[in-house]
Amino acid sequence: MGSPGTPAIHLTQLRFHWPMQQRPCIDIPAFTVAQGERVFLHGPSGSGKSTLLGLLGGVATPQNGAIRLLGTDLTCLSSAGRNRFRADHIGFIFQQFNLLPWLSALDNVLLPGTFSARRRQRAEDIRAQAHRLFTHLDLSPDLWNRPASALSVGQQQRVAAARALIGRPEILIADEPTSALDAPRQQAFIDLLLAEACAVDAALLFVSHDVRLATRFDRTVALADINQPVKELS
Amino acid sequence: MKAIMKLALKSAWARRLTLAIVLFSIVLSTTVLLAVERVRTDARASFTQSVSGVDLVVGARTSPVQLMLYSVFHTGNATQNMGMDSFESLATHPEVAWAIPLSLGDSHRGFPVLGTSPVYFSHLRYGLQQPLVFAQGKPFGGTVDTVFEAVIGHRVAKEFGYAIGDRITLSHGMEALGPEHADKPFRVVGILAPTGTPVDRTVHVSLEAMTAIHLDWVGGAPLPGLKIPAEQVRKFDLRPRDITAMLIGLKSRPAVFKLQRHINSYRGEPLLAVMPGVALGELWQTLAMVENILLVISSLVVIVGLAGLTATLMAGLNERRRELAILRALGAGPRDVFLMLVAEGVTLTMLGLLLGYALLTVGIAVLATFAQSQFGVVLLQRFPTDNEWWLMSTILLTGLSVSLLPGWRAWRISLADGLTPRY
Repeated sequence: MGSPGTPAIHLTQLRFHWPMQQRPCIDIPAFTVAQGERVFLHGPSGSGKSTLLGLLGGVATPQNGAIRLLGTDLTCLSSAGRNRFRADHIGFIFQQFNLLPWLSALDNVLLPGTFSARRRQRAEDIRAQAHRLFTHLDLSPDLWNRPASALSVGQQQRVAAARALIGRPEILIADEPTSALDAPRQQAFIDLLLAEACAVDAALLFVSHDVRLATRFDRTVALADINQPVKELS
Repeated sequence: MKAIMKLALKSAWARRLTLAIVLFSIVLSTTVLLAVERVRTDARASFTQSVSGVDLVVGARTSPVQLMLYSVFHTGNATQNMGMDSFESLATHPEVAWAIPLSLGDSHRGFPVLGTSPVYFSHLRYGLQQPLVFAQGKPFGGTVDTVFEAVIGHRVAKEFGYAIGDRITLSHGMEALGPEHADKPFRVVGILAPTGTPVDRTVHVSLEAMTAIHLDWVGGAPLPGLKIPAEQVRKFDLRPRDITAMLIGLKSRPAVFKLQRHINSYRGEPLLAVMPGVALGELWQTLAMVENILLVISSLVVIVGLAGLTATLMAGLNERRRELAILRALGAGPRDVFLMLVAEGVTLTMLGLLLGYALLTVGIAVLATFAQSQFGVVLLQRFPTDNEWWLMSTILLTGLSVSLLPGWRAWRISLADGLTPRY
């Protein structure tokens, strides 16, 4: 899937508007993230971030344009095909409440393996990889079998990162993953994420309104620069 | 899909307390519905089985249903007796093959006592024309010397552990604690095999015995100062002057209408003759309305239980928006989410049905004795009837359809929310 030259994310002429709305809220002529590239996408809330993530995840379909992920155009896939693609190739980390509270930390991390045979195979021994990720993310073994609801917010976000990374998906999408953490831990979490993304050779699209976090990325992009309708409004 | 179902199970387990309450209400409501249906059919069966081979039931004029109730099922009381002369005249009627006199009113520890003649044991049929069979012993004698002999039904023997030769005393009236005929004890000479009919809970004595124990009684109480000891009763004329009712078997069935007309216009006294099948049919007609009302009410109870299921699943969805979004991010589609909710509802309904049926089985095991001794209804442990299968599949189908609503809502939510829940 995706020869070395193929970009991880490649958007062209992407236009999307919600039903009942005249003006598109996404209008991106072109945007590319190379494989393994780590991009900080800066956008204030209300700038269409969530919508863009929905489009990248394949849970929303654009009215116009192409979303090529690893060379596959999502707009050409069926809804089931897009779900499959998301399970196989994308790891998500959200702001908060990433975990199923009634599963243990370890079971939460193993979830992508139950949804995607591909990620189960790529992890080789999925439990061993989970243990390795936990260790890298500094989660002590006594936490592994605790229910996710018993973990602190910081621990939960690290478990969420492990889940996004397991099975080495080619694309990582993080949506404000540090906003629930206190300032000193934010940078530490980002460093961990960058290191692990590098270790599994995944492209990372890190979306945040807080441009101060953008220091260690390969590239920083303002959503306002690539998304035209917002620009026209301002 | 399998992965999602496994998760759905774990998710449900996490909400087990709420779901257990819903399950409880489904279990109870199904049990009620199935019990109503079971009692309804079993009551019919045991009533219908109680008499077979009897062509006419005759008693003093009353309503046909009432005559059946007290003469065949020994429930309720006769308001009037019929004269022994009428019995003899009808018993010797050329069309009549056999006639059984019935004299009711006394009891033994809550079980009815029936005064009759030995013909009872040779000619009464129940179920599919089955004759009465003695498990032990023999019929009571018809002679003066064997006056204080009794034949007891299977239930009576089992209830009190009676054996041949045991002595029992009868009480006056149907109350278990009525005045006793303690001075004239009876000897158990026969125990009948189980029949599943009112015979099982009846103590049978001879008509002469009925007269004998009431020799020193007037108007339902012992005569003060007068005591006639058991040894002396044979000095008296023990032939009864009246009986409660009689059962008639005909030589040829087509004569039944003719004889019925003859009895209903009998000159000696006002009598009523009914054909058991016709009277039972009338009874069912009176009961059908009650039955239907009960069925409707218990169906409504089931619907209430299932509405509770829908309400709980719907209410739970708001708290599960995050769960749905997480499943979406992991690769689940709106259809998976829909199926997850529907599966949860259907599984709960199915569990409720299974547990409800189990509860019914336990309930029957516990209450069968009571139902038979109090109401003469034989409740059986058996495989579901067609009607019960129909009821159960209807409940399951209803469970499925009420689960579609939360399923549809989950589908809408996951479409609208995508990967990020909106609150």
